[in-house]
Amino acid sequence: MSVLVFAEHQDGKLTRAAWEAVAAGQQLAREEDDAVWAVILGRDISALANQLAQAELGGVLLAESPTLAEYTPDGYAAALQQVIEERQPRWVVFSHTYQVRDFAPKLAAALNRGLISDCLGYRKEGSSLIFIRQVFQGKFTADVEFTGDPPYLVSFQAAAFRQDAVAPGQASVTAVSTNVTPETIRTKPGPRFREARQAVDLSQAEIIVAVGRGIKAPENLELVKRLAEALGAEIGASRPICDSGWLPMDRQIGSSGQTVAPKLYVALGISGAIQHQVGMKGSRTVLAINKDREAPIFEIATYGVVGDLFEVVPALVEEIKKAKSG
Amino acid sequence: MKIAVCLKQVPSRDSVLRLNRAGTWIEEVDISYEINEPDTYALEEALMLKEKHGGEVVVCSLGPARTQQAIKEALAKGADRALHFDDPAFQGLDAWATARVLAQGLAKEEPDLVVTGLQSDDFGFAQTGVILAELLGLPHSTIIMEVQVTGRALKVKRELESGWFQWIEIPLPAVLTIQSGINKPRYATLKGIMAAKNKPIQRLGAADLGLDAAALVPRQKITRVYVPAKRAQTEFFAGTPKEIATKLVDKLKNEARVL
Ligand SMILES: Cc1cc2nc3c(=O)[nH]c(=O)nc-3n(C[C@H](O)[C@H](O)[C@H](O)COP(=O)(O)OP(=O)(O)OC[C@H]3O[C@@H](n4cnc5c(N)ncnc54)[C@H](O)[C@@H]3O)c2cc1C
Repeated sequence: MSVLVFAEHQDGKLTRAAWEAVAAGQQLAREEDDAVWAVILGRDISALANQLAQAELGGVLLAESPTLAEYTPDGYAAALQQVIEERQPRWVVFSHTYQVRDFAPKLAAALNRGLISDCLGYRKEGSSLIFIRQVFQGKFTADVEFTGDPPYLVSFQAAAFRQDAVAPGQASVTAVSTNVTPETIRTKPGPRFREARQAVDLSQAEIIVAVGRGIKAPENLELVKRLAEALGAEIGASRPICDSGWLPMDRQIGSSGQTVAPKLYVALGISGAIQHQVGMKGSRTVLAINKDREAPIFEIATYGVVGDLFEVVPALVEEIKKAKSG
Repeated sequence: MKIAVCLKQVPSRDSVLRLNRAGTWIEEVDISYEINEPDTYALEEALMLKEKHGGEVVVCSLGPARTQQAIKEALAKGADRALHFDDPAFQGLDAWATARVLAQGLAKEEPDLVVTGLQSDDFGFAQTGVILAELLGLPHSTIIMEVQVTGRALKVKRELESGWFQWIEIPLPAVLTIQSGINKPRYATLKGIMAAKNKPIQRLGAADLGLDAAALVPRQKITRVYVPAKRAQTEFFAGTPKEIATKLVDKLKNEARVL
């Protein structure tokens, strides 16, 4: 076995991250000219294993146990360690989700192996694979290589590989037994919940003016409101603005907030960290105003202004008002 | 409760970063440094837990001499003492080797709780805290937005994707990685800064910890750092604010058709 893919599931469904990992694993296996397998952990999940088997895979490993009924880092790391030690894949592929972040570094340490996390992709140079990932919150990109022995664990960022790139097939499901005792599991997870005060739904907004830490102080939000009013837009924000309580949590856009896809997204003083980008990159047009030319937001902006938002925004408000009244 | 806070010093958010000539890392001269943002929240959480439940806060940081500045800031905010892991052999470690050093230093301390930020603003691997838990043989939870003490255990609120959360019960001793926004980090007071001058900072090198280079061989290495390729064809506008605004309005009206 060359590649083993970890398939995540939630509420009885395979997640998009699971399919993205399968797509990544298939591509990696093609490089190695070898087979890719998927592994899924849980209880009463044979239906999900069968769904996974609709992809072109060497096979699906199904590890079911009462101790894996709920996700815990102890349970998942222990079960996967057993599967990996038995099957000896060269590569173990994950999507860099909240769940994977929670257990994959533990698994790697338990296996005494390396994990290159949150990769954008990889490149082949000679016989070695070089993994590409962001550093300094997206300001720079780094090439990273494994130095030790396989298995090599690698996780890819959301959307680094596309769900619709999964090659279909007809694989078989193999039940594997793992020995995860209740004593192994030291944490007790509660049910998933959402805070009740989600009052604003930004997903339907046509225009969003989003503000980031470049706004400097809460009193400056007045300027943002004026632009939003002129455009007839909803106001959104990066996480630090909501963390500071300058705007309510339900205005937050990004991986831990809302996902939006307006016709126009105006990013004011937002650097464009990946966790922000995943929430807004479906926007049709992106206008970014940022004083740092290297800010990652410009990688996905349609229109860009490298400048001080405190100078540009007032002028923009005036011109918009003129255009609308004219 | 004895709480260890692992924090890292990183280039400050406002510094203009340039690549070094070899293109292997950034130019480290002439930039300012600060405590990694999520770690400031971890520190605050530790200080608040100590204020509520008593005990001691021990700051742990791995880094060169400049790291003393970050350590002193943490002491000025109220931490009681510090361990500074500083050795030429500790340069350029990956997350695993960093966690190895921290684990070695912390094993003797036997803290009830270890907190650290969920990831660093420079590498962003999001691994050190979790590996540390494994090496110390402790349970852990990550991306934590609230901590409640319930006797010899904790109830922690773990952030999940898209605005979801989950409560986790976890026995002590344990390791938590803290998410930004969990609290409002305090500023150091003048009194705190004065008090910090007399707080002990223990410097520990590889030999003090019984570690040699062979014990710290990284599992991965960064070979090259570069400016990312731009994916979108961004159209940039320059000029006076009024000129920029006029051009933008024209685009928004006639090209994007949103006005
Ligand atoms: C697990 C996890 C989940 C996260 N979830 C989210 C999420 O859902 N949403 C989210 O937004 N973030 C999220 N983050 C945080 C994210 O990584 C970034 O830290 C955050 O998005 C940065 O916010 P920012 O762009 O406002 O601030 P900064 O990164 O500090 O950027 C401020 C920008 O303002 C610019 N600026 C400063 N002054 C001016 C001026 N006068 N004029 C113009 N520009 C100026 C600067 O050049 C800079 O680019 C998450 C992080 C983690 C680890």
